[in-house]
Amino acid sequence: MSEFFYFLCAIVAIAGAIGVVALRNPFYAVLSLVCHLFALAGLFLLLRAEFVAFAQVVVYAGAVMVLYVFVVGYIGGDDESVRPWDGPAQKGVALVFAGMLFVELCLAILGSGLKALDGEGAPYQAGFGSPGQIGELFLTTFLFAFEAASILLLIAAVGAVVLARRRGAGRVEADRMTFTEFMRPIGTGTTAEAVGTRDGGINLPAPTTDVVSERGREQLEAGRGERQ
Amino acid sequence: MSIEWYLVVSAMIFCIGAGGVLTRRSPLVTLLCLELMLNAGNLALIAFSRMWGNAEGQVFAIIVMVVAACEVCVGLGVIVAMYRRRLPIDVDDMRELHG
Repeated sequence: MSEFFYFLCAIVAIAGAIGVVALRNPFYAVLSLVCHLFALAGLFLLLRAEFVAFAQVVVYAGAVMVLYVFVVGYIGGDDESVRPWDGPAQKGVALVFAGMLFVELCLAILGSGLKALDGEGAPYQAGFGSPGQIGELFLTTFLFAFEAASILLLIAAVGAVVLARRRGAGRVEADRMTFTEFMRPIGTGTTAEAVGTRDGGINLPAPTTDVVSERGREQLEAGRGERQ
Repeated sequence: MSIEWYLVVSAMIFCIGAGGVLTRRSPLVTLLCLELMLNAGNLALIAFSRMWGNAEGQVFAIIVMVVAACEVCVGLGVIVAMYRRRLPIDVDDMRELHG
């Protein structure tokens, strides 16, 4: 039975990996990677790594892939254009490289002196790979790695926001109207209304969500000109 | 199944990912192929963890997952920034990451 599941998961995983590399549309490549990750989680389960399989499905196939799907939707999942120079030569070199790497890795696996490689692995003990055991290891032996990972995640989140923010084009804050200003009848206003700097909040321009400044507009037009 | 079989699958996925990084030009798909390679590493780590009956390899695999999530986060941020600046989303056309 475990042989059947092994071959099922392995074939789906390898097919998913080939799909990621071969499909031209990035959106389909992401979906193919999701299939690959699910199959890989099955392989992890066969290796008795329950918690890692769970994290793989929730974190990888769930969260990270949703991020990918959003970015593909944002930048437009156009097919890759075909260039004159990336013909069979480049693909051939890459294939030869990948094939040689595979042969080399297989030789390394076969030639290694590890006797246990032929076996099914160490005898299974209850609780191996369970969340309890992983958590205990994280909070005792690998406490430093755990803390470093949390700081790394924080830095990556801040870095992504800094990298992807709008720059150059300054965002003009739209004039906000408070609730009291909105409810107040015209003519019963403040000093500012009397001297004409504020019209009682009635004829304010409609708040716009995204006002591009002059510089930003110039950049946009320059970019458009370059494209044409 | 013996541990060797899992290692062979891991090697195959790694090679497919490496070939993809070499051939594809969209940075988005290049990141996907990097994910493939990291996952192949994860599979090997977990196979060895099973071999020794020692869960420390699984802790390693989880740390690799964290690093992959960070890499995706920053990489996708760079891609969105490139798109905002109307730069071509193509690793052959990109010569520098300055400004």
